[in-house]
Amino acid sequence: MSESQHPVKNMINWIDARLPVTETYEKHMSKYYAPKNTNFWYLMGVLATVVLVNQLLTGIWLTMSYIPTADGAFASIEYIMRDVNFGWILRYMHSTGASAFFLVVYLHMFRGLMYGSYQKPRELLWILGMLIFVALMAEGFLGYLLPWGNMSFWAGQVIVSLAGAVPIVGDSLATWVRGDFNISGITLNRFFALHVVLVPMLLLALVFLHIVALHEVGSNNPDGIDIKKNLDDKGKPLDGIPFHPYLTLGHDLPAIVAFCFFFAIVMFYFPDGGGYLIEAPNYEMANPLKTPDLIAPVWYYTPFYSMLRAATFPFLGLDAKFWGLVVMAGAIVLPAVLPWLDRSKVKSIRYKGTASKLFLAIFVVAFFVLGYLGVQHPTPLKTFLAQICTAIYFAYFLLMPWYTSVERTKLVPERIPMK
Amino acid sequence: MEEKNLDGGRRKFLLGATAVVGTAGVAGLATPFVGSWQPGAKALAAGAPVKIDISKLVEGEMLGPIPAWRDKPIFVIKRSSDLLERLNSRNERLADPDSERTQQPGYAKNGTRSIKPEILVLVGLCTHLSCAPKFRPKIQPEQYDEDWIGGFFCPCHGSKFDMAGRVYAGVPAPSNLEVPPHYYENESILVIGEDDKEMV
Repeated sequence: MSESQHPVKNMINWIDARLPVTETYEKHMSKYYAPKNTNFWYLMGVLATVVLVNQLLTGIWLTMSYIPTADGAFASIEYIMRDVNFGWILRYMHSTGASAFFLVVYLHMFRGLMYGSYQKPRELLWILGMLIFVALMAEGFLGYLLPWGNMSFWAGQVIVSLAGAVPIVGDSLATWVRGDFNISGITLNRFFALHVVLVPMLLLALVFLHIVALHEVGSNNPDGIDIKKNLDDKGKPLDGIPFHPYLTLGHDLPAIVAFCFFFAIVMFYFPDGGGYLIEAPNYEMANPLKTPDLIAPVWYYTPFYSMLRAATFPFLGLDAKFWGLVVMAGAIVLPAVLPWLDRSKVKSIRYKGTASKLFLAIFVVAFFVLGYLGVQHPTPLKTFLAQICTAIYFAYFLLMPWYTSVERTKLVPERIPMK
Repeated sequence: MEEKNLDGGRRKFLLGATAVVGTAGVAGLATPFVGSWQPGAKALAAGAPVKIDISKLVEGEMLGPIPAWRDKPIFVIKRSSDLLERLNSRNERLADPDSERTQQPGYAKNGTRSIKPEILVLVGLCTHLSCAPKFRPKIQPEQYDEDWIGGFFCPCHGSKFDMAGRVYAGVPAPSNLEVPPHYYENESILVIGEDDKEMV
């Protein structure tokens, strides 16, 4: 065969000699083996990627009409909603996308808890994921100030004030973050820069590393069985299937279509989500002299907000406010060290003992209760309930070294069992 | 290069010197980036003292519309004799009844936390997470306190303050509400954001 007879192949060879396109495609797609027993929970990663693309695209389009100043921001949102062609669709795609992002990321993280996906050798993969989660929380918070509604203002006020809880330097730190003595147009301006440039770049870099790390160690699976231990004579995992086309077209694509279907229902029919996705006070412009009756964060922050409020008494000579900050930050950071808290011999909840199952179950219940309490007015009873749930949240992690090492686990089969 | 030709000491020195100069360079480079986040001239100018006319302030009420200094709400309240009488009757329930923590200028560190006993001047931001506390001046049982003698209630996280802005014990807010620097230019003009030069 002479080269001239295959111009396409010729071209590919030419490129491959200069840029490893075929090699990369094979390594990450056609010869990347994923376990054959992955289920619903394994779709969240790809859905998060879809939402990320949605946020980037709609975000870029929104900046074309948005004005990041105290005088112009609120009016420019109305302008986008009323006067910009398809502006309302772009904005609702972005606001619904923010909630969808957290929804799939929470489910993605819960999958990790269930199937022990953080265990060796996926510790770094898990930590990179936790960094993405923190960056995502920051991104959501920064973006929430931009519409300059009254809830934007007061949510910003409350969260920036958290910096003031740091002993000694707190107040100057809060002033430094705001660039003013109170949240103002100056704060809005810098939050805009961070929200559209700095944090998205960081997120993209972290997501890239997350995927590189994933493809190095491979996906875990609901049975927590290492598929790389059973290879055929060509070195392929016996219990693995190539990512492309089996998972891309067989699992992911239908999931993306179904997800877009639900996304569209929310976006078109319930863009406010009954006040949980876009809160009512945000239809009023920011007013530094008028606190909304109830400052509640958007639903995806409420569990952590509850834990912040649950600290109501001083301890070791430090303020309750400071401990609130510590509890909230601790609750966000603690899952990162899970790989070293779980002493179990097995990965998946399917083979773990009763204690692990029980702790995971009450952990989930406590997380939901905290989420509910975060949108409620604080009363002594509700605060007490939040304190109990906070204790459960921390107990799940801090008692894990104990209950995972004493419980009886089931025997994990060599190969992935198929029904 | 052969090992024997290596000048280990020289290499060590050069590495050390580069590290020191590099660190200084990074610190220098960081300065404009970190410093630019400090309040600029515009913010500082907008934070200048403000004058408030209090001639229309009614006893038992808060001055409205609420004035602002540095974009923070300023509560100016004329306390009635009823409120003043009860003010120090429940000090055991307060976290800092004697205003030991520096949440006020020296001239407001007294039983009423004010210059004039009846007029209270506060920054209207909860010391917990900066919500605006609600003004609840009525002496009556409230949902959050059955033995309420008037004060402020923060709806965000349930902190309570008395009629001098002093925080109750056992609530999330760590300290008394802030009394801003202020003085009376005359009977009706209150200046917020500056101490009277004679008083300090």
